[in-house]
Amino acid sequence: MPAKNDPADLIRRVRRGEHAAASRALSLVVDEDSSAEALAKDFFKSSGSAQKIGVCGPPGAGKSTLTGRLISHYRSLKEKVGVLMVDPSSSISGGAFLGDRLRIMEHATDPGVFIRSLGSRGMIGGLTHSIFGAIHVLEALGCARIMIETVGTGQDEVDIASVADTVLYVTTPAMGDEIQAMKAGAMEVADVFVVNKADLAGGDKAVADLKGALSLGMPGAQAARYAGHHGAAAVRAAAAAAVAAPAWDPPVVPATALSGEGVEELARRIEAHGAHLRESGEGRERLKHQHATELRFWLQRRVLQTALGRVTDKNLEELLAHKTDPSSLGRKLLKA
Amino acid sequence: MDKPIRVLIAKPGLDGHDRGAKVIVRALRDAGFEVIYTGIRQTPEMIATAAMQEDVDAVGLSLLSGAHLTLFPEVVKKLRKAGLKDVLVFGGGIIPDEDVPALKKAGVSRVFGPGTSLQSIVDYLNESLKVAR
Repeated sequence: MPAKNDPADLIRRVRRGEHAAASRALSLVVDEDSSAEALAKDFFKSSGSAQKIGVCGPPGAGKSTLTGRLISHYRSLKEKVGVLMVDPSSSISGGAFLGDRLRIMEHATDPGVFIRSLGSRGMIGGLTHSIFGAIHVLEALGCARIMIETVGTGQDEVDIASVADTVLYVTTPAMGDEIQAMKAGAMEVADVFVVNKADLAGGDKAVADLKGALSLGMPGAQAARYAGHHGAAAVRAAAAAAVAAPAWDPPVVPATALSGEGVEELARRIEAHGAHLRESGEGRERLKHQHATELRFWLQRRVLQTALGRVTDKNLEELLAHKTDPSSLGRKLLKA
Repeated sequence: MDKPIRVLIAKPGLDGHDRGAKVIVRALRDAGFEVIYTGIRQTPEMIATAAMQEDVDAVGLSLLSGAHLTLFPEVVKKLRKAGLKDVLVFGGGIIPDEDVPALKKAGVSRVFGPGTSLQSIVDYLNESLKVAR
């Protein structure tokens, strides 16, 4: 009998499709256990095997309920679905209330659905540091679709675009006029817009406002998402290639998640975007960009932990005495 | 980084009184736990599957309907069947003292009745689970 957390045994069982093994592997990866690297090395081989669907938007827009509906749709096609739901961790206690699962309990005992709740654990932007590692576990498990629901942060949760293949932005009527829809941020990175609760008053206007705001941009402007915030030349080149790909103009889909109305249409649009990614070559560029982001997450965490681990009280005293300054000290810590 | 203790709070069976469960959820969150709450009217299978997929360290069951002698042991059974041999199971709600020995025998490690201080639940979990890890 192999030890409980033996990496080779876990890998074998995850690849056989065992949920309990995937669950334990997820814990090890998310907790950054010492065995996590061995697992990650193997699971990474499966990266790119699933369509990763990001679901973002403000709190209460209906992301979880809509996710539940999409799960039902994919299950009717007999596809295996993985779900990662991120909720905020407390900056005070470190604890978290992970409540998204409650919305999709209809899939609780379906052996074709694996759901995991994650705390954001100190990361802002709607995700968690270990999101890529968690995705790779579900890819290795054999999921055809992986739904990633972000913390409902709303305007600025753009990281999801560097993680998911297809990003849904879920909003509702009465979330503001077209001026809101013209702002930078999450609105720029979505591939499909959903006006949920479209049966409420103002539903038609919300759809029209969104379409109007989107039509102001150049065709395919959404693809320009990659440019800018990465420093390295190689990453910029990947971004430029993605921009050069044929245009995808994000559709706006009205839906009512509670009744299921509009979900078929939404699923069709998601499918069309998947086909667009495959046929235009943009999918490959996105995957490359995702890997670059995964590398960035790893480096940020590792470099920060290493450098911070070297800070002594003496260093801080030197700062107080103006014997050194933060940038000189920082340089020294990185070199040590 | 310290890994947070993960706890599933669940309400099995036909009982919509979830105030107590929500108070516990909130207290555990504020004590640094990652808490998953699956809502009311759960079957033992649903609770066991959620506990397995979330890889929790403990499952807390809340019940005020009087069916605890049936449902709590059933949840424990389903948890063990799902391969969760070490998961700590604790309970709370309107549970007469004379029922507690039977529940303990069935694998419920501790039962917290009305009036229990939240801190004593937090302390109990911290103590039991720190050792187990």
